[in-house]
Amino acid sequence: MTVFAFYLFSLCAIVGGLFTVIARNPVHSVLWLILAFLSAAGLFVLLGAEFVAMLLVIVYVGAVAVLFLFVVMMLDVDFAELRAGMAKYMPLALLIGIVILMQLGMAFGGWQASELASSQLSAPTPAPEEMQNTVALGVLLYDRYFLLFQLAGLILLVAMIGAIVLTLRHRTNVKRQNVLAQMWRDPAKAMELKDVKPGQGL
Amino acid sequence: MISADLNTILPELLLAVYAMLALLGAVYTGKDKLAPALVWLTAAVMAILALWIGTAGSGTNPAFHGMFIDDAFSRFAKVVILIAAACVLVMGLGFMQKTKMLRFEYPVLVALSTVGMMVMVSAGDLMTLYMGLELMSLALYVVASLRRDSEMSTEAGLKYFVLGALSSGMLLYGASLTYGFAGTTLFSGIINAATEGHLSIGLLIGLVLMISGFSFKVSAVPFHMWTPDVYQGAPTPVTAFFATAPKVAAMGLFARVMHDAFGGAVADWSQVVALIAVLSMFLGSIAAIGQTNIKRLMAYSSIAHMGYALIGLAAGTEAGVQAMLIYMVIYVTMNVGTFAFIMSMSKDGQPVTDIRALGMYSKREPGRALAMLVLLFSLAGVPPLLGFFAKLGVWQAAIAEDMVWLVVASAIASAIGAFYYLRIVFYMYFGEDREDALDAGGSPILWGFLVVSAFIMVAGVVNLFGLEGPAAAAAATLVN
Repeated sequence: MTVFAFYLFSLCAIVGGLFTVIARNPVHSVLWLILAFLSAAGLFVLLGAEFVAMLLVIVYVGAVAVLFLFVVMMLDVDFAELRAGMAKYMPLALLIGIVILMQLGMAFGGWQASELASSQLSAPTPAPEEMQNTVALGVLLYDRYFLLFQLAGLILLVAMIGAIVLTLRHRTNVKRQNVLAQMWRDPAKAMELKDVKPGQGL
Repeated sequence: MISADLNTILPELLLAVYAMLALLGAVYTGKDKLAPALVWLTAAVMAILALWIGTAGSGTNPAFHGMFIDDAFSRFAKVVILIAAACVLVMGLGFMQKTKMLRFEYPVLVALSTVGMMVMVSAGDLMTLYMGLELMSLALYVVASLRRDSEMSTEAGLKYFVLGALSSGMLLYGASLTYGFAGTTLFSGIINAATEGHLSIGLLIGLVLMISGFSFKVSAVPFHMWTPDVYQGAPTPVTAFFATAPKVAAMGLFARVMHDAFGGAVADWSQVVALIAVLSMFLGSIAAIGQTNIKRLMAYSSIAHMGYALIGLAAGTEAGVQAMLIYMVIYVTMNVGTFAFIMSMSKDGQPVTDIRALGMYSKREPGRALAMLVLLFSLAGVPPLLGFFAKLGVWQAAIAEDMVWLVVASAIASAIGAFYYLRIVFYMYFGEDREDALDAGGSPILWGFLVVSAFIMVAGVVNLFGLEGPAAAAAATLVN
């Protein structure tokens, strides 16, 4: 059963990745991407990393892919034109892809971890009876990897500053709504009634 | 436990906290009106930190379970990075104000990127390495496209970002293969597993992928394509920043990973590094010949210089690392002076980057032309200037390891490269006097940096200002 699930998810991930690249309609591309994410999440569940699997579904499928969909639908980008170069670069891309595939085949075919590898693990996964995966991750992240966690925060801060620096524009001569001025307006002074006689005007 | 760890990272902590406070303060008060003051303040904070790290630090202090290492090597690199960043900030202030792109985020982003560089050279773990690298790069991507109304600047930022993301991907893939082999991301664990002659093919591929990622950051061939476009498109003060501090940080990181994590398999990586070095030197020297834009020229020059510095790393010895460190310091000093000159090149208040506009510059500005002449000769490696001794150092380290072919190749490349440095000298002294000659004068700050840098190139020959001792100590802690 596990083997069957593994091959199913792997196949779906590869097919999803392939069609993300070659689908004609960009919206379909994003949908194929979601399939790839979901299959990857399935593979993580098979590995026993259920927390990472859920993160993948919530963050990537729930947030990132949906954001992609919005961008793809709202931006007026001519994807057909962007893809016109694809046929031209296809042979070179295929060649590079095949070379990398062969190298990875060699790497994993002759894979041999160091004899020290199992003894050097700095944080082996605890047995599920002792500690849940999520708890174990939390202990690791907020204690041992405290420095990395804080650095990740700094990186996000830089990303935020960057987004603001590159997009925020202070426009001058723009009328803005002033709520207080609106509320404090005196109705008596705001309006003046004039009695306009017929045929004369003001 | 945690207080000792925090003590070790205190310089990084202070700079990061300063950057955040500066950001908050500027947002809630004067915004861009505070920018000039913030630039000076940031430079001052960096200079004080450099002084403090340089004088107070001692010994080797690992922190956070060995994920962060404070040793003589990291302190040496940090002092160079901080001083270079401070110099470039002060130097670029006038130019940024004149072209109206000085914003208060600029010094903050430079400070945060400097924090990333300091983490990089202190990394003791593949994850810390990556965090530092991304912190540095992300801030650099933003400052590259700081001038968002300019198509060139935006293009530079986007190109740098996309290619940088690709290189991060390669680096991460290499790191994951290394982790799979060694079972740990700590350098101290990887070095136990990766011993000479026992590298499995998977680890070798991981190693090569990681070297590719680093080569991108130091702009070595064949991962150099972004350099000329980004150097040209980014605002000149930002280009000056790219050419100095991040290069030192990336080189320091390169050396640290190679020696701290793969020090047991020097023969396996030294040939890869040697090949990258030779390619960089030749491409940097030959491709620059047709260039007339001085910023593109400096980009190719930096590619070539990274090639020479990598010779020291390729030697794989303590002397090699020492020569590389000295090379980087001299390279940064030369670049600070050269970019001070480039920033002062203007016509009617508009910056000029065409070297042909320098025709007969010596007649109008003999002092500046002479200082630039010294710097260009030093960049070309003409004896008896300091740039020559930088090259001599790495050559000696390579010859000691019987890498004579590498030395011969680099001597040929340096002879080819001398052509384009000398061409600028030719324009300055013998070129035609053009109608659209550059403005005379310029800010005294730039003049000061130019003269001091040129003076160092001449006076440093005596004893390198005592640089050899600290560099030797730094190399000794790294290679053991």
